Amino acid sequence: MPLAPPITDIEQLKSHPALGRLVEWNASVVQAVKFDRDELTIWIEKDAIRETCAILRDSADCPFNYLCDLTCVDWHPSEPRFEVVYHLLSIPKKERVRLKVRLDGSSPAIESVTSVWPAANHYEREVFDLFGVRFTGHPNLQRIMMPDDWEGHPLRKDYPVEGYR
Amino acid sequence: MAQFPATVAAPGQDRTSDDRTMVLNMGPQHPSTHGVLRLVLEIDGETVVRLKPEIGYLHTGIEKTCEAKFYQQVVPLTDRIDYLCPMTNNLAYCLAVEKLLGLEIPPKAQWTRVLMNELTRINSHLVWLGTHAMDLGAMTVFLYCFREREDVLRFFEMVSGQRMMTSYFRIGGLALEPPLGFFEKVKKFADRFPGNVDEYEGLLTGNPIFVMRTKGVAHLSAADAIALGACGPTLRGSGVDIDLRRDAPYTGYENFKFNVPVRTEGDVFARYLCRVQELRESIGMVQQALAGMPEGPVKADAPKVVLPDREKMKTQMEALIYHFKIITEGFTVPAGEVYQAIESPRGEMGYYIVSDGTAKPYRVHMRGPSYANLQTLAKICEGQLLADVVAAIGSIDVVVGDIDR
Repeated sequence: MPLAPPITDIEQLKSHPALGRLVEWNASVVQAVKFDRDELTIWIEKDAIRETCAILRDSADCPFNYLCDLTCVDWHPSEPRFEVVYHLLSIPKKERVRLKVRLDGSSPAIESVTSVWPAANHYEREVFDLFGVRFTGHPNLQRIMMPDDWEGHPLRKDYPVEGYR
Repeated sequence: MAQFPATVAAPGQDRTSDDRTMVLNMGPQHPSTHGVLRLVLEIDGETVVRLKPEIGYLHTGIEKTCEAKFYQQVVPLTDRIDYLCPMTNNLAYCLAVEKLLGLEIPPKAQWTRVLMNELTRINSHLVWLGTHAMDLGAMTVFLYCFREREDVLRFFEMVSGQRMMTSYFRIGGLALEPPLGFFEKVKKFADRFPGNVDEYEGLLTGNPIFVMRTKGVAHLSAADAIALGACGPTLRGSGVDIDLRRDAPYTGYENFKFNVPVRTEGDVFARYLCRVQELRESIGMVQQALAGMPEGPVKADAPKVVLPDREKMKTQMEALIYHFKIITEGFTVPAGEVYQAIESPRGEMGYYIVSDGTAKPYRVHMRGPSYANLQTLAKICEGQLLADVVAAIGSIDVVVGDIDR
């Protein structure tokens, strides 16, 4: 089964409830889209992520009320270096969408979505711990996996696999 | 259980202003925290005021390790995340890579995957049921559950040579054809098992002590469950009807008939009833898989990805070359990203894999169901008695390997 090429045109993808709702609300938050392997990815403007999540959660037709997963990808050495990835699920409609926010490597920070989903608490702490991305407005931004006095952020690409010796 | 005076607050724990409350450390070495989970409890007499899970004692950096391995070398690592359901972890990872590759899996491999998955669910639920009941003082159930679990582990050993770290599913199908006589043995077990579930239920469901320890304890409302990201039986016990096997079928689950048990009470007893009912549904699916097992190969026709049969590798030059290439260089995966979620015994097990077009994954993220469910613990334990914390931990069924990764 050969892979279909990804679709990146917003107009073609508007029928997806998440993208439809976002374009209807404020099209300027959508930086780019990609539909690949049956999954929709939307790149969101960095400053609008919390509002975007709240809008999608409260959408009337297809509420994306469940935060499945929140993680990060390090694209070191290219810039913008980090991509924070949100996987949302609509429990009533069983639809999924992936939101992404690009952050530069110098001092990566983004607004926390814990006020939208309390579930984001541990996920954001994990991303902070392992990638060093700061979440502003997080109630308890501390290391979660590594010891409190650990140096460095292990999942960054410039951190050696075997650790610093 | 070590007692800490309030002035020696644990790291990350706010000093309490109220003299009435006391900070109590539960774990990391505590028999009913099911692994090295540490809970910092603030208690007022016997009542829990606040609870804070402290995790990371079992953090092995498995996501980082994955980035240094070939795609096929990650499969054995996935077993070790959630050591009670190795096959579902294998499956989630393999499905994700197969989706990246666009690989089609033959029907027999799919059906065997369903069969093994449901046996895994039975294995995992039996460990949960046994330990949960033992935490609440019912020793007999533990022995009964582990008796049946032993049978399931023998099936795992038959197909893969391993009882726990099976690595039986591979990218593109199965490692091997199930051995002769395997299906007959599973059939015998499946015929007998509903009687065993009756036995467990006879000891617990109507048992007044068990019911008093669980009914109305550690309540979680549907809205809270969704907001806190609960999944699996923890979510369904709160009245949210979602099961990925039915709602987003994978590996041929659309061919199976089963019910999704949902309870609206949201307490420990409701979560118990959901899981026990799931045991019955799973054995039903095992029966269906045995009855409808298709014939044919158990590996996809993709010589560049799937290792050739041992026999062919020893007799055919071409197969030997492919074998050598896959082992030494791996296989490249087209650039892209996927998130593949499956319904593991604990809930949504998701793999987010980013490929940059090379033979090693650029990023593997495991969305563990226990990690998600653990966040509900603080909520459900608030205002409960200290003794009920043990019931609450058991009811969300966490595996610490899956939390810490």
